[in-house]
Amino acid sequence: MNARARNLAGLVLVAIIGLAVLFLTPRLADLDTVLELTVYMVMAILALSLALVWGYGGILCFGQSAFFGLGAYTYAIAMFNMGESTLPFLLAIALPAAFAALLGYFIFYGRISDVYLGVITLTVTLILFNSVNSTAGPEFHIGVAKLGGFNGIPGIPSLNFPGDKNATIDLEGMFYLSTAILLATYFGLRLLLASRFGRIIVGIRENERRAELLGYDPRAYKLATFTIGAALAGLAGCLFANWGSFVSPTIFGLAQSAQIIIWVIVGGRGTLIGPIIGCIGIQWLSAFLGANQSTGSGSPWAALLSNAPLVLGAILIAFVLLVPKGLVPTLGDWGQALLRPRVRERIADAAPMPVGEE
Amino acid sequence: MEAPLLETRDLSMHFGGVKAVRNVNFTLAAGELRCLIGPNGAGKSTFFKMLTGQLQPTHGAVLFRGRDISHAQAHEIARLGIGIKTQVPSVFDGLSVRENIWLSASRIHPRGRARAVVDEMLERIGLAGAAQRLVGQLAHGQRQWVELGIVLATDPQLILLDEPAAGMTHEEVLRTAELVREINRSKALIVVEHDMQFIRMIAKQVTVFNQGGVLVEDNIENIMRNPLVRDIYLGKQAAA
Repeated sequence: MNARARNLAGLVLVAIIGLAVLFLTPRLADLDTVLELTVYMVMAILALSLALVWGYGGILCFGQSAFFGLGAYTYAIAMFNMGESTLPFLLAIALPAAFAALLGYFIFYGRISDVYLGVITLTVTLILFNSVNSTAGPEFHIGVAKLGGFNGIPGIPSLNFPGDKNATIDLEGMFYLSTAILLATYFGLRLLLASRFGRIIVGIRENERRAELLGYDPRAYKLATFTIGAALAGLAGCLFANWGSFVSPTIFGLAQSAQIIIWVIVGGRGTLIGPIIGCIGIQWLSAFLGANQSTGSGSPWAALLSNAPLVLGAILIAFVLLVPKGLVPTLGDWGQALLRPRVRERIADAAPMPVGEE
Repeated sequence: MEAPLLETRDLSMHFGGVKAVRNVNFTLAAGELRCLIGPNGAGKSTFFKMLTGQLQPTHGAVLFRGRDISHAQAHEIARLGIGIKTQVPSVFDGLSVRENIWLSASRIHPRGRARAVVDEMLERIGLAGAAQRLVGQLAHGQRQWVELGIVLATDPQLILLDEPAAGMTHEEVLRTAELVREINRSKALIVVEHDMQFIRMIAKQVTVFNQGGVLVEDNIENIMRNPLVRDIYLGKQAAA
């Protein structure tokens, strides 16, 4: 029951830090910082969607950005046509989920292997990028919303309180909303993973054939996981479109897709808090390096450090080689080793596995 | 006479030009314990894979309780009541022993009942003390027990055991034989095994596979005396 106590302590800690960030940030920080943090929170929701799908479901999806982008575009297009945000908000979740359910049906029920799943999801993302990118002409519109092609869609109206389209949510309100949704997503996923469903998807990740031979249909569970992940990515996309009042096809791009995977790798697969930390940390670092760029005119070191993709790439390689489990699981291992030196002895006592197993 | 629990009709599996299993007609009565023996490559594991839906037969049929399951999905067959312990222990290595058994028990039991079933099963397989250990960290013999526990916890009517005694110490083999006899009081079993000592401890009826087909089917005493069987299997083993 020690594990349960640790679990509870972790939850309480996340709740306290989360609530502190939620309520204190707008009081202590200036508006620029609040704006910056808002997009971190939005992206952290996106990171959580892949944390579920890949980290717990074992489905390496390269296409979370497709669902993210679909959510953003759906919100924008629906908003221009409807004016009141309740339905666009819900559509931005439902449409990516429906799209994922359809795509996932063919992937999982067609028993397409993991490698091809990666290829297909990446391809779908790039198809969306190219399609939306080439809709610049005035003939491409849905209702009154012009798609704008590579120029994107500017001036997207903000969310309003449900039912009252004049009560729009301001910039500070967006911070509260995004942070609250991030916290709700985190705790919601914790609940989901503690449920029967959550334990079964982890079982399927561990040994799909065994789960099947026990009578679980892995196709259905994977499809459900994939669809929930897409719904969360769509939700993040909706918030993202709100944050900048702007979407463009780059959110379907390769860089965006790769970034989500990097957040999860750095933070740690198989945890929820890890990808949040990975996401916020890397975005903060990117912003920091980007800010360096304008001032860094002197030494060659400054020039090197101002090359954000280079630095981020080096960090990713370092993580994959040195901290393959990711930040949070590795720190957890260290903490356990420090707190309970006896654990090591007990593992050493256990009979070693025969060579040639696995 | 009562209808057989399991029946195969001309069951065949071809991989390209290789006929791994050919025209097997096999019947198993309710509550029966049958041993399958035969040299490596005789088609025993392929036969098991077809019975559990992991492979779809090239032709022929599998009937379980009178129902054709030849083309059913593996999870559907599991739900109908066939459980399998595979040759290499197939368990959830990254999860604890308790979680392993729970995943199995909770398929058929509601939450509260599942907990009780898990506790019973942990006692039964002798791993109550290791309930929180990760299965991947256990010794080979213990992993075999975990898998047996997983299979039993779904309460199947028919249990297939593929080399349950492989890699076990002599003591573990004795315990396994005892457990197999105990399971057989309420369930039918088909056991694939190479260890003749183990087979002698449990078997009554034995089916001998050779080159994808059934060579002979008889009681254990006659099988041990059968010169054909000695030749293709026992003799080879004695020589090895």
